[in-house]
Amino acid sequence: MSTATIAGIPVELDGEGFMTDASQWTREIAEEIARDNGIDPLTPRHWEVIEFCRKDNEERGTPPTVRRITKGTGVQTKEIYQLFPKGPGILSSKISGLTKPKGCI
Amino acid sequence: MKKLVILGAGTAGTMMSAKMRRVLPRDDWSITIVDQDGDHLYQPGLLFIPFGVYDRDDVVRTRARYVPKGVELVLSGVDAIEPDQNRVRLFGGGTLDYDFLVIATGSRIVPGEMEGLTGRGWQKTIFDFYTLDGALKLHEALKDFAGGRLVLNVAEMPIKCPVAPLEFLFLADWYFHERGMRDKVELVYATPLDGAFTKPVASATLAGLLADKKIAVEPVFNAGSVDSERRILTSWDEREIPYDLLVTVPTNMGSEVIERSDMGDELMFVPTDRNTLQAQVAENIFVIGDATDLPSSKAGSVAHFQGAILEHNLLNAIAGKKLAPEFDGHANCFVETGFGKALLIDFNYDVEPLPGRFPLAKVGPMKLLEESRMNHWGKLAFRWIYWNQLLAGREIPLVESRMSMKGKKNPTAQEAA
Repeated sequence: MSTATIAGIPVELDGEGFMTDASQWTREIAEEIARDNGIDPLTPRHWEVIEFCRKDNEERGTPPTVRRITKGTGVQTKEIYQLFPKGPGILSSKISGLTKPKGCI
Repeated sequence: MKKLVILGAGTAGTMMSAKMRRVLPRDDWSITIVDQDGDHLYQPGLLFIPFGVYDRDDVVRTRARYVPKGVELVLSGVDAIEPDQNRVRLFGGGTLDYDFLVIATGSRIVPGEMEGLTGRGWQKTIFDFYTLDGALKLHEALKDFAGGRLVLNVAEMPIKCPVAPLEFLFLADWYFHERGMRDKVELVYATPLDGAFTKPVASATLAGLLADKKIAVEPVFNAGSVDSERRILTSWDEREIPYDLLVTVPTNMGSEVIERSDMGDELMFVPTDRNTLQAQVAENIFVIGDATDLPSSKAGSVAHFQGAILEHNLLNAIAGKKLAPEFDGHANCFVETGFGKALLIDFNYDVEPLPGRFPLAKVGPMKLLEESRMNHWGKLAFRWIYWNQLLAGREIPLVESRMSMKGKKNPTAQEAA
């Protein structure tokens, strides 16, 4: 656990750079984390996914899997991998200010 | 007469039937358990079948033998659960009414979820080991394997027994060594995870073991399709891994009954309270084992730890008392590492697998997160414990339902990271 400043705001991060308090998140933080991970800029399609992740996490207390994101947003798997290259489940959570997805124990 | 109905006579269901039969008065309560077939499969044993350590007779026994007296076993497929009616519909038109229902319908592999997986290469150059049929056929394929690249791919998380893919690779390394052909076989682990395991301390230990055994890891590999003509596995982000033999852990899903009953999430797992095990859909339905949507491991040990808590909470619910939020996600898994050794991990929702001794501090005799022969013997002895203690719903001495920090060494967060 450490404190970092992202987009001018102090936030708590875990050892792998995931925010530990989703309420500290802002859209500007999302943009900066995205840039650090090679996504610039965040398009409206990215935001559809991010907003779903935020909402789903709030309702269920855990970040959604890719399968859940496709079902909830209608964005197809192929496109999610283009939007969030490599690990969209992990990356969408990170950018959305959520913890590392725990479904994968 | 009140009725308790249990769906699924696998590890969790059989165990619950035994526990509840001991505590519910026979004059007041009937207990019925339903399963679709008469064979009970010792699932942890499937891992050993491809390597010829176990065969069919080591892992299959008659279900009826483990269902206790005073519990009615119904062999039938279940069409649907009707929570509003407190009723279960069976195939063939029968119905079962219940006062309380326990869902223990487990999880299953669904190879059809990946494009090309069940095409022409299925059970020729592509095998699973999560079914008895798959494990037996993979045994034949390994015997005939002349060398080349063996790729183990986990399609997506969560999967039953998340350490099984690693164990498979460790055992494959040992198996090909024993046959004097390890230098002819390339072992590759293609995983959607970003490392060997999900938790930092265990991931580092397991990554070290993979490296020692010269098993290549392709992390964050989310497989999208298989071309079994060209023998290439392709990820959603278009990375390609050629293979000679593909061992797949396909998408895991809950039972089709859950889908027909419209009670599941996107993978047909049942939304369940993470601490009380009550189903979110109805107060008189509880869920145990692999069928839940909980972020705990899908493993027999977890079903065992949940069992004591579910017994308590069923009795609470029957008596109209408040449920106890006791389940902490506790899991305890032996990880077979080959050459007669294994390591042991013990963890829960909040505490990742740590090094140390188990179950007694300093004494052990098991070592946590460290290879030992004792751990390997523990893993083999577990088969006896499974049939004789676990299915009968008995406690295992010194091992408690809630995880204990006794014997665990907690590295600082800095070291863990």
